[in-house]
Amino acid sequence: MKIHLKIWRQDERDGPGGMVSYTLDDVTEDMSFLEMLDALNGVLIGKGERVIEFDHDCREGICGQCGLMINGRAHGPLPHVTTCQLHMRSFRDGDTIYIEPFRAAAFPVLRDLKIDRSAFDRIIQSGGYIAAGTGSAPEANSILVAHDTAEAAFDAAACIGCGACVATCKNSSAALFVSAKTVHLSLLPQGKLEAPQRVNAMIAQMNAEQFGPCSNTEACEVECPQQISVLHIARMNWAFNKSRLLGRKG
Amino acid sequence: MALTGTFLCLFLVIHLLGNLQLLLPADRARASFNWYSHLLSGNVLIKLIEWLLFVSILAHIVYALLLTLRARKASGRGYVYDKRKASSTWNSRNMGFLGMIILLFLVLHLKDFWYRYKFGNLPLDEQGYTDLYAIVVAAYEEFWYVLLYLAGIAALGFHLLHGFSSAARTLGLYHPLYSKVVRVAGKLYTLAITAGFMIIPVYIYFNKA
Ligand code: HEM
Ligand code: FES
Repeated sequence: MKIHLKIWRQDERDGPGGMVSYTLDDVTEDMSFLEMLDALNGVLIGKGERVIEFDHDCREGICGQCGLMINGRAHGPLPHVTTCQLHMRSFRDGDTIYIEPFRAAAFPVLRDLKIDRSAFDRIIQSGGYIAAGTGSAPEANSILVAHDTAEAAFDAAACIGCGACVATCKNSSAALFVSAKTVHLSLLPQGKLEAPQRVNAMIAQMNAEQFGPCSNTEACEVECPQQISVLHIARMNWAFNKSRLLGRKG
Repeated sequence: MALTGTFLCLFLVIHLLGNLQLLLPADRARASFNWYSHLLSGNVLIKLIEWLLFVSILAHIVYALLLTLRARKASGRGYVYDKRKASSTWNSRNMGFLGMIILLFLVLHLKDFWYRYKFGNLPLDEQGYTDLYAIVVAAYEEFWYVLLYLAGIAALGFHLLHGFSSAARTLGLYHPLYSKVVRVAGKLYTLAITAGFMIIPVYIYFNKA
């Protein structure tokens, strides 16, 4: 197929940028979206131009590194897939595809489609862990966790931190990410003890990073590759409100 | 936001229940509604709630402004090609706009009824109560006025359709089953409130002498 592309190009952080048009021949339906970009970069290298930079790592939908705004939707047109799991069979010969980086004040563009998501790392550093040294792995049955609880914690832990929730939110809120990271720990016996401190510290860091407020539009859940439920946000709010009411901010 | 919004939602129920007296046959409606208005205006508790309402609306608006400003600052540079609206409902994305229409409506509404009742020079009815019923009926006999009301109430309806369940989430209702219950309750509530408030002006318009 022949594909027309309009891609955001930007030379440096905080620098000016704009959409640049390319046309790529010989795209096959079996190519992944990122392989299509690789092919385009091959053409650019041949011409001696600077390649288009974009984030990726595992290319199997588990690391959360890739993330592009494709035709105005986070991770493209398919529901609940990462950019690396999107394939060119989702497009038609002659299509024009707009590709932009995920946008938010907290996610500055470093170059082209590559953004700085270290704000997420700093949120995790502020409380997304268990403070006690746990030593080596204990006997599995020494701390009993009910099956449903384990499943619920896993549902939250499935968040890969790609940032699509922020990118698609009209408020650029990181509520879905932060809720997944607080809830998955606070559901489990080891993480429960520090739950009030954790939720307060992580929400404070989220606000300090200039993510916006959540207004429950639920766009994040629609675009999330891992289908993290917005009910986690409600659960985080509950933990947060409760800790405030009881004066246990940590 | 959620606390003030929920309080306003509660107020709407009481307000509607009182106003439904306007649907009684004309004579009984006049007597009943004017008596009720008189009862409310003389009550200390109602005075208190009135103040609470003003403070709530003000706080709700101030919070709305702060949230909007924070969201705008957080968004940074937007997208060149933006189809994000496919992933959420129109009213959930336009609460501020809907709120602004509600606010305009409120100004009109308070000026025409609340202000005139409190500070205007209105005639008395046969019981000796201020005849609020007469101004309400006179207002709703105007076609354009009824239209304005319907528009204001429609905006309120869309605001509530998102606001009711959104407030529950903000307060922390996370249980899957009860979340669904609240979502359905929110829809029923919105339907009842909008239908109730819409029927009154329409009924009076079509029953004018
Ligand atoms: C009778 C009048 C009103 C009622 C019953 C009402 C109710 C609500 C409720 C329940 C919420 C949800 C709160 C949450 O999610 O935490 C809300 C949000 C909101 N309201 Fe109102 N409201 C009213 C009037 C207004 C007015 C006059 C304005 C603006 C001038 C306004 C602007 C907003 C905004 C911007 C939001 C935030 C929505 C969001 O989170 O995206 N509202 N309202
Ligand atoms: S590259 Fe790892 S999830 Fe896409």
